[in-house]
Amino acid sequence: MLNRWKRHYELYLLLLPTLLYFAVFEYGPIYGLQIAFKNFAPFKGISGSPWVGFDNFLRFFDSYKFWDVLVNTLTISVYELLLFPIPVILALLINQLTSKRFKKLVQTVTYAPHFISTVVIVGMLNLFLSPRNGIINQLLETLGLETIFFMAKPDWFASIFVWSGVWQNAGWGTIIYLAALTSINPELHESAVVDGASKIKRILYIDLPSIMPTVIVLLILSVGNFMSVGFEKVYLMQNPLNVSSAEVIQTYVYKTGLIGAQYSYSAAIGMFNSIVNCLLLLMVNFLAKRFGQNSLW
Amino acid sequence: METWSRSRGDKLFDWTNIMFFLLILGIVIYPLYFIIIASFSDPDLVNAGKVLLIPQDISWIGYERIFGDAEIWNGYKNSIMYTVLGTIFRVSLIITGGYALSRKDLPMAGTLMLLILFTMFFHGGLIPTYLLVKELGMVDTMWAMIVPGAVSVYQLIIVRSFFQSNIPQEMLEAAMMDGCGNFKFFLRMVLPLSLPIIAVMVLFNAVAMWNSYFQALIYLNDASLHPLQIVLRKILIISEAQLDLIDASGDAAEEQKVSELIKYGMVVVSSLPVLVLYPFLQRYFVKGVMIGSVKG
Repeated sequence: MLNRWKRHYELYLLLLPTLLYFAVFEYGPIYGLQIAFKNFAPFKGISGSPWVGFDNFLRFFDSYKFWDVLVNTLTISVYELLLFPIPVILALLINQLTSKRFKKLVQTVTYAPHFISTVVIVGMLNLFLSPRNGIINQLLETLGLETIFFMAKPDWFASIFVWSGVWQNAGWGTIIYLAALTSINPELHESAVVDGASKIKRILYIDLPSIMPTVIVLLILSVGNFMSVGFEKVYLMQNPLNVSSAEVIQTYVYKTGLIGAQYSYSAAIGMFNSIVNCLLLLMVNFLAKRFGQNSLW
Repeated sequence: METWSRSRGDKLFDWTNIMFFLLILGIVIYPLYFIIIASFSDPDLVNAGKVLLIPQDISWIGYERIFGDAEIWNGYKNSIMYTVLGTIFRVSLIITGGYALSRKDLPMAGTLMLLILFTMFFHGGLIPTYLLVKELGMVDTMWAMIVPGAVSVYQLIIVRSFFQSNIPQEMLEAAMMDGCGNFKFFLRMVLPLSLPIIAVMVLFNAVAMWNSYFQALIYLNDASLHPLQIVLRKILIISEAQLDLIDASGDAAEEQKVSELIKYGMVVVSSLPVLVLYPFLQRYFVKGVMIGSVKG
C-alpha cells in the first residue's frame, strides 16, 4: 500500500491544485449553505450565528414575492423547453444541404453569435427595440402599425428573452447533433433510397431515431438547469417597467442577498432553487431510464 | 412514375431547404451588419430608417469618442489581463487535474470523480460563494476574476476522456519500465500529445473570460479594476457613462445623437476581435464540443 502511494504521489501533486479548487470553491460554499438555516450575522461568522431551522424558507414561501418569481421563472423555463427542438430540426436540415460549401457557410455563420457577450446582446436588443429609433419600431411605423416600447412591456419580456437566445445559440446547439448525424451508417440511407424512401421519410425514420439518444441526454441536462434560467441576461434586461415579469428566482436572490444584505434569507431561496433543479434532474433521468431511453447514469 | 415523383419531391425539398437557410443567414447576419454600418453613419439618417443596407454620410465621431475615452481603454487593459491570467490558471488546472483523473491506476480516482461530479448538479449558490470570496479577501482584487468559478466540471470531463482515449496504456507502461516518473511522463509525453485539447480549452476559456461580466459586477466595486464588459454595460445598458463621454459644451440634441453612434461603435469594438478571429478557430471549437459529445 505504502509503495502504491509512493508511486503515485506525483500524480496526486498534479491533481492537488484542482482538488484544492473543488474543496475550497465548490465544497466551501456548500458548507456555507448552512446559513440558510441560520440567522447569519457577518461579525459572528458562519458557525457562530444562531440556528433558526426552516424560518428563512418559510418566510420566502409566505412572501408575496414567492409566487411572482416562481411564475416568472417557470414561464421562461417552459418557454425555453418548448423551443428545445429547434437546434434538432436545424441540424437535421443542415445535414440535408447538398452543397458542401453552402453547408459550411451556414454552420460558420449560425455558430458566430454564440461568441457575442451577454452584455452586447442585451445592448443590441435595447438598440433594435428602442421605441424612438429602433429599427423594429421604424419597420412597424412604415407598415402603418403602432410602435411598441418592447423592453418596457412585461408581456413581451419572456418572448424577447427566449427568442434572442434562439438567435444567439440555436446554431451552436446543432454541433452535437450534426456530430451524431455523421456517425449514422450510410448503408441505412442507401438501402432506404433503393426502397424508394423520400428525403423527408429518411429524416423521420433514419436520422431522427439515430440521434434520439443524444437528444435525450441533452434534454435531461437542460432540465437539470430548468430553474436557473440564464439569469445574467435576465438581470441585464430588467428595468423598472418590466420587472413585474422579469424578476426570476436567481435575480431575486442577487438583489435581496448582495444588494439588500439579507444573506440567510437569500441563501435559503438559492438553496430551494438548487434542490428543485436536482430533483427535476433525478426525475427526468428516472423517466428516461424507465422508458428505455438513454440516461445519464 | 413513382421514382419520378419521388425525385421531384426530393428536389423540391432541397430547394426549399436552401431558401430556408438563405433566410436564416439573413436573420443572423443582418443585425450584425446593421450595427456595423450604423456605427459610422449619420445618426439622423439611422434614426430615420434611411440606413438599411449602405452606410450614409460617414462620420467617425463615435469611434473618436470611444478611442478617446480613458475608461474604455482601462476596461480593455483589464479585460486582456483577466483573460490572459484567467485562461492560464483555468487551463493549467483542467489539464493537470484532467490527466491525473484519467489514470486508471490513481488510487481513489472513482471516489474523487464522484465528488467532483456532484458539484455539477448541486452548488452552494451565489450567496455562500460571495461570502467565501469576501472572507478570503479577494473582493476588489483581480483574484476575484480569476479564481472563483475557474474549473468547469464539464470541461474536466472532456479533458479526462481525451486523455483516456489518446494516451495509450502501453506507452505509460513502457515509460515506467524505463524508470520514467509521472512528472517526467506528463511533461515529456502527455503534454506534447495534448496540444489539440489544450488549444480547445484555451479558446473556450478565453472567450468565456473575455465575455464575463457578472463576476466583476459582484466582486469589483473599484471602477479602476472594471473589465470591458462592465464598461460596456454602463454605456449600452445603463447609459450613465454617456455623461462622461458627452462634451459638456455641445448642445443636448447633438450629443444625444453622438451617444447613439457610441453605442453602435462599442458593440463593434468589443465584439469584433472575437468575431473576426472566430472563423479561423471554428474547427477547434467544434472539436471541443464533439469530444464532449463522445462521453458527455
